[in-house]
Amino acid sequence: MDRADIESRLRDVLVSELGLDGAKINLEANFEQDLDVDSLGVVELLMAMEDEFGVKIPDEEAEHIHTVGEAVDLVHTKLNS
Amino acid sequence: MTERSAKAGIGASITGWGKCMPPSVLSNHDLEQLVDTTDEWITTRTGIKERRISHVEVSDLAKVASLHALAAAGRAPGDLDLIILATCTGDSIIPSTAAVLQAKLQAWNAAAFDLNAACSGFIYSLVVATNMIKAGTHRTVLVVGAEKLHYHLDFTDRSTCVLFGDGAGAVLVEATDQPIGVLASEIGMDGSAAEILWTPRDGTAGDRDFPRPTECGIRMDGPEVFRRAVTTMGDASVRVIKAAGLELEDVDLLIPHQANVRIIDATARRLGLDPGKVFINIASYGNTSAATIPVALAEAVEEGRVQPGDDIVFAAFGAGLSWGAAVLRWGDRVEPVSVSEAALPPPDRTTMEMLQPNIDFFGQGAGQRP
Repeated sequence: MDRADIESRLRDVLVSELGLDGAKINLEANFEQDLDVDSLGVVELLMAMEDEFGVKIPDEEAEHIHTVGEAVDLVHTKLNS
Repeated sequence: MTERSAKAGIGASITGWGKCMPPSVLSNHDLEQLVDTTDEWITTRTGIKERRISHVEVSDLAKVASLHALAAAGRAPGDLDLIILATCTGDSIIPSTAAVLQAKLQAWNAAAFDLNAACSGFIYSLVVATNMIKAGTHRTVLVVGAEKLHYHLDFTDRSTCVLFGDGAGAVLVEATDQPIGVLASEIGMDGSAAEILWTPRDGTAGDRDFPRPTECGIRMDGPEVFRRAVTTMGDASVRVIKAAGLELEDVDLLIPHQANVRIIDATARRLGLDPGKVFINIASYGNTSAATIPVALAEAVEEGRVQPGDDIVFAAFGAGLSWGAAVLRWGDRVEPVSVSEAALPPPDRTTMEMLQPNIDFFGQGAGQRP
């Protein structure tokens, strides 16, 4: 799965599972500042990513995810390592 | 461990239901006066609009809910042979609050004990009641969830004080030869992570002469509780549905513990359950711990959401960390046999006056950011 596929599927999850505004989602968007994702929302995001991509995201890796692009990169690395 | 209960012989069905919500309301707008928060912030993050504050003791809330449940079943207190009171906010440490309730009901033929499994207390108690009936030692068991959580609320901690409320719900569980009642259940505990939701030393471990506010209020790591609650309630529900020999499509109603609407939504999504099959009343009451499920069940029956033979799933997660899930097949009764006039005395103080002892002890957080 390449980055574009991951971004596309992540975008669908963000809209359908977290109820985010699709128009605001881009790789630079910061979850907390630009997309209004709060602390529970971050947990929902991580769980949704784990379900969607079948990966496991430990807390220490989760701490480095601030933007949509960073989430895409993390999934890409995990799927291709 | 997941337990399958549907075997030949004696079963245990819910034959009566009742609730008692104290009349004094604490709205999100009221909380804006006490802590640095807003109605919009609380509503979008928790689904809670208001909660109730009790002017009476837990045993009083439990008594009124119990009398409604007994009336719905056409039973009298003297018919009871066991009372299980699920609570983590009992009137006192000695005796059990179940003992106080027994006396207030004049249920002199009933043994009685408290069961503390926090928010999972009602499911734990329902499982214990079912198994004692199936063991043949008891036949008419009152199961009550009753809490006065506002006692523990620290209004300098805006992440917890907006979540909880007071109230009571009760069911009557009776022996039956029909294949109804709890079909499958699971209760569990992970005590290794207790400190993510607790009152650190608000018991005999505390210092009686110098009770410390930081050790007595409810403390919680919200995101961690959220993650564990969604995963555990969802997975345990799947296991009990399977153990009962049912498919997800067979579930008529999910009555989850009402802690946060986002936990409920995420759990339902994880299960793949139609949102129309999920009972939610958290906006009115907040989290009343062991009382949420019996209160919600009573309201579901009153609103016609429960039909004869329905398969209902209960799921809860709470301090401990405890959890429970059960599949219950409802019997025929959806109308009460009779209705009790029991009610609480009117409040003698305003809601804010009832919260003053908390503010005196813990302090007040308006204008502060924790």
